[in-house]
Amino acid sequence: MVEFLQFTLSGISFGMIYAAIALSLVLIWRGTRLLNFAQGGMAMFTTYIAIEVIYRTGSYWTGFAAALAAGVVLGAVAELAVIRPTLGKPELNAVIITIGLLVLLEGLAGILYGGQYRSFPAAFSVTGLRAGSTPLGVSRFDVFVALAVLAATLLLAIGFRYTSAGLRMRAAAFNATAARLSGIRVARVITLGWVLAGLLGALAGVLVSPSTFLYPDSMDSIFVLGFTAAVIGGLDSPVGAVVGGLLLGVVLSYAGGYLGSQGSDLTALVALVILVVVLMVRPAGIFSGARVRRV
Amino acid sequence: MRAQSTPRVLGAALVVAVVVVVLSIKLNSFRDYQIAEIAIEVTAVAGLTVLTGLSGQVSLGNGAFMAIGAYTTGLLLLHLGWPFIAVLVVAAAVTAVTGAVVGAAAARLHGPYLAGATLLLGVALPSVANAYPGVFGGDQGLNVVFTTPGFLGVNFPLTRWQAWVCSAVALVTLVLLANLSRSRVGRNWRAVRDDEVAAALAGVNVARARILAFVVSASCAGMAGALLAIVTELVAPGAFTITLSIALLTAAVIGGLGTLPGAVWGSLLVVLVPTYATDVATSHGLSTSVASNIPIVAYGAVLILVMLVFPQGIQGGVRWLLGFSGVSPARPRRTASAPGATPPAGQPPALLDSSPLPREGNPPQPHEKEDTQ
Amino acid sequence: MRRSHRLRAPAIAVAVVAALTVAACSSGGGSSAGGSGAGAGSSSAALTASAPGITATTITIGSHQPLTGPAAPGYSEIAPASAAYFAYVNAHGGVYGRKIVYKYLDDGYNPTTTASVVRQLVLQDNVYAIFNGLGTPTHLAVESFLNAQKVPDVFVASGCDCWDQPTADPETFGWQLDYIREGKILGQYVAQHFAGKKIAYFYQDDEFGMDGVKGLDDEIPKSMVVSRQSYVPTNTNVAPQVTAMRASGAQVVVSFSIPAFTALLKLTSLKLGFNPALVVSNVGSDPITLSGLLESFAKQGGATVNGNALINGMITDGYTPPLGDTSNSWITLFKKIHDQYDAKAPFDGNVLYGMSTAYTFVQAMLKAGKNPTRADLVAAINAGLPQGPVVAPYAYSATDHDGVTGAYIGVITNGILTQQGSVLTTDATASGPITTYSGTESQAPASGVPSP
Repeated sequence: MVEFLQFTLSGISFGMIYAAIALSLVLIWRGTRLLNFAQGGMAMFTTYIAIEVIYRTGSYWTGFAAALAAGVVLGAVAELAVIRPTLGKPELNAVIITIGLLVLLEGLAGILYGGQYRSFPAAFSVTGLRAGSTPLGVSRFDVFVALAVLAATLLLAIGFRYTSAGLRMRAAAFNATAARLSGIRVARVITLGWVLAGLLGALAGVLVSPSTFLYPDSMDSIFVLGFTAAVIGGLDSPVGAVVGGLLLGVVLSYAGGYLGSQGSDLTALVALVILVVVLMVRPAGIFSGARVRRV
Repeated sequence: MRAQSTPRVLGAALVVAVVVVVLSIKLNSFRDYQIAEIAIEVTAVAGLTVLTGLSGQVSLGNGAFMAIGAYTTGLLLLHLGWPFIAVLVVAAAVTAVTGAVVGAAAARLHGPYLAGATLLLGVALPSVANAYPGVFGGDQGLNVVFTTPGFLGVNFPLTRWQAWVCSAVALVTLVLLANLSRSRVGRNWRAVRDDEVAAALAGVNVARARILAFVVSASCAGMAGALLAIVTELVAPGAFTITLSIALLTAAVIGGLGTLPGAVWGSLLVVLVPTYATDVATSHGLSTSVASNIPIVAYGAVLILVMLVFPQGIQGGVRWLLGFSGVSPARPRRTASAPGATPPAGQPPALLDSSPLPREGNPPQPHEKEDTQ
Repeated sequence: MRRSHRLRAPAIAVAVVAALTVAACSSGGGSSAGGSGAGAGSSSAALTASAPGITATTITIGSHQPLTGPAAPGYSEIAPASAAYFAYVNAHGGVYGRKIVYKYLDDGYNPTTTASVVRQLVLQDNVYAIFNGLGTPTHLAVESFLNAQKVPDVFVASGCDCWDQPTADPETFGWQLDYIREGKILGQYVAQHFAGKKIAYFYQDDEFGMDGVKGLDDEIPKSMVVSRQSYVPTNTNVAPQVTAMRASGAQVVVSFSIPAFTALLKLTSLKLGFNPALVVSNVGSDPITLSGLLESFAKQGGATVNGNALINGMITDGYTPPLGDTSNSWITLFKKIHDQYDAKAPFDGNVLYGMSTAYTFVQAMLKAGKNPTRADLVAAINAGLPQGPVVAPYAYSATDHDGVTGAYIGVITNGILTQQGSVLTTDATASGPITTYSGTESQAPASGVPSP
């Protein structure tokens, strides 16, 4: 029973990271109908910036803020420089461009910061919390991770529903022509989407890097699982992203725990099974809305 | 519709075959090895470009099919010692069956959902080899022994024979795919890609067409995997990373999605750019961490630039150049229409026919979903 | 549209022909390759191009290394360190007056890439030998090719004992202590010093971990082992494994892990309130690397904790002199060379490894003679090599291509590895005994270059 609790809590903690990546992918999908393969790479790059700032100033929170700021800038730059020219062209082109961006960022990070592992500090203690004498399998830092991602999701949800900027984003995603006719600057809205995604990705990067160490390819496997979580939840739904992330994190944790070492080997296979099961029942993810009728 | 006559295609293939033989004799062994590498890439990319370009299904997991083909080859050669041609056929058949299964599961998925499922397939399948090391050799993999046939004599270089075998398979694949593309099967694929509803109304069995595309694409990848096994003489999970699957898609799109010459251009790029960039970097005496990352930066930059400058890929650029010299351009194409479809942002609205893209170069737009936020 | 279709089939043909021409003409690059030429050593004064890769002034060797990708952290330091040692030798007379040109190419730890770059080195760049090819699955992809081409394949950077096949692969030689031997040495220590306690194994799920476990099982009674947990480098969540080990009541964990996963094991154990004694393979226990990985966590909660506190008391083994032993002549020599030629990298276990293997190569080249053929190099190693910067003798002979045969047990205290007891040697069989090595410690040559 104790193990079950430990696996669950540990799964939630990893699942929140997948949720953060999934959220950023959902944001970009809703805004530009694109899959951003560079999301993990952007997160890695902003985390490197954070650690350089931390080294120089000695302050974790300054580095944290620097990462978020860098995420904003990187998101805007990527959208304006590289994605904007692809709108109107086949979507696969933009996907290839994001792949190119990913590769470019990984190579740049290798050149600027070297390929060795870097230890990234955690905001709070990583020593396990206990209930009495039983270790719970999570630390204060894990709790912070969960709360940070939840807060981000809530802010996004509120922003979408209750602010005019959110309304503009939803309108532009639904029907860009009509939005444009209503006076919405669709181009600006798209940039805003990428900026928010960059911010979320940066957050995910600083939250996960203590557990994975930082090196140019460190976000690759997190990205794959985050993408899976987004697909499971439905690419149009931010709530789906979080649910998908949690589901994935928890089930993978049980698989690793109860299936022994084979379960760890076969993490990707277990994720694939979950994905297939979900998509068989709901081909556009758990939280997909009413869809175009198909013959 | 492009109506190429079979004699023309065969003639062209014959010309290429002769050129390959001549080059393989004139060039050094390492170039022969590169010819083999390029041929392997072409075989896999051609199948993928047909799947994604002609039938509109994005697959990020064809590396998994290559792995299946390679392991089938490795196991058959190790345990049964069959001649390679028989092994190749079996590898193609096994991956075809797997392709059918995957295609059936994926038949209802579109766009990014299909991409996500195939991405995970590409990541997950090679890890199975690690989980059952007794059968698959684990991390170390299976050794493959491949020698030149006796009738060529003792002194015939192995790399040249490998180049011939791989080129032969690649050419046969290209010819068969060209025929398939021109046939009714190809027309059905294009119809399903452009508008599923209309295709179904016209009597096309949508699911069967989509599954068949996966079968074809998977067997091409399976054969490429078999070739990879005999050329590198090892089958190990480390060779089938997700980077491989992504490189296949990249090659297909950069070369010109849906076009067979595009498969060749894309393969060339993917195989040669990293080597060329490495040579350039090391000859400038940069520190290791910088020099080893230059090819990576170069590769990323090339991807971005080619896509920005040639949105239809290299083959599109070639066509445009030829169009300059008097060939009439392809007629404009409607973007797929469905309720809620929007002209892309950033472009002047209203003109639905505004994108002058040749039919083959345009993958489908995912169907819009109604927003239920 | 009508007219364009005629170009289709010829278009494919043109594409392929153009493609091949481009492939043929594209830059082949490569560093200075040696001349060709046969003829074994001529007069003792003149230096000739006695083999591919050897000219009158240079010896060109090649290697495949993971300079980028998931295996790069740590391992990418090895080749530059070897290059640094070669640079030092070149500046001090070289090998019989020839300079060593070391061309190492990135394979990203992908066997397909390894197959390609090694063929480039051998078939195009005509290197004399392949030195220190890194990785087991990667090197297996090229072992038969190198042997078929009769290219010396020396001092493979992997502890697999599959490099010891003198009949099937006469060109291939190992160097480092293989994992089975290491498992036996560690296993004997655990069986003796932790008798009666519960032991858990934590190991990487490939031949590194599995060979290590094989060695451990040769020495540790099965009844003592209460849990066996493996991990894959692609999955950084080791909480399930640690939870299982904790639940089994293990008091000692023997770990065949790479440094990142040793650190993860420690961190996850902290989270789960698990505090076993740790016995770690040499591969994953370099104190400097581990401290670097754990430094962010040692500074928790404002307390002035030394990052090293997290690895204090860790038991491991070593077959090169301990890095912290500043009185050791090898450490002094290599530190000096490091500071001059490779200062950017930290002076850690990887750098020591790279320089030690390079030293061994120079020893072998000097033994091979003034105008060596490729066969001469192989013969020189088959005749045995004197002990260099390693603590136990090499096994090299015509019938044995294993490298170092033993190691010492060490403990990490205050971030430094200190030797406990004497050096132990053994073989790679299950029943082979472990014996104390009583030979004297070898000293570095004053010039820093081995004597011929």
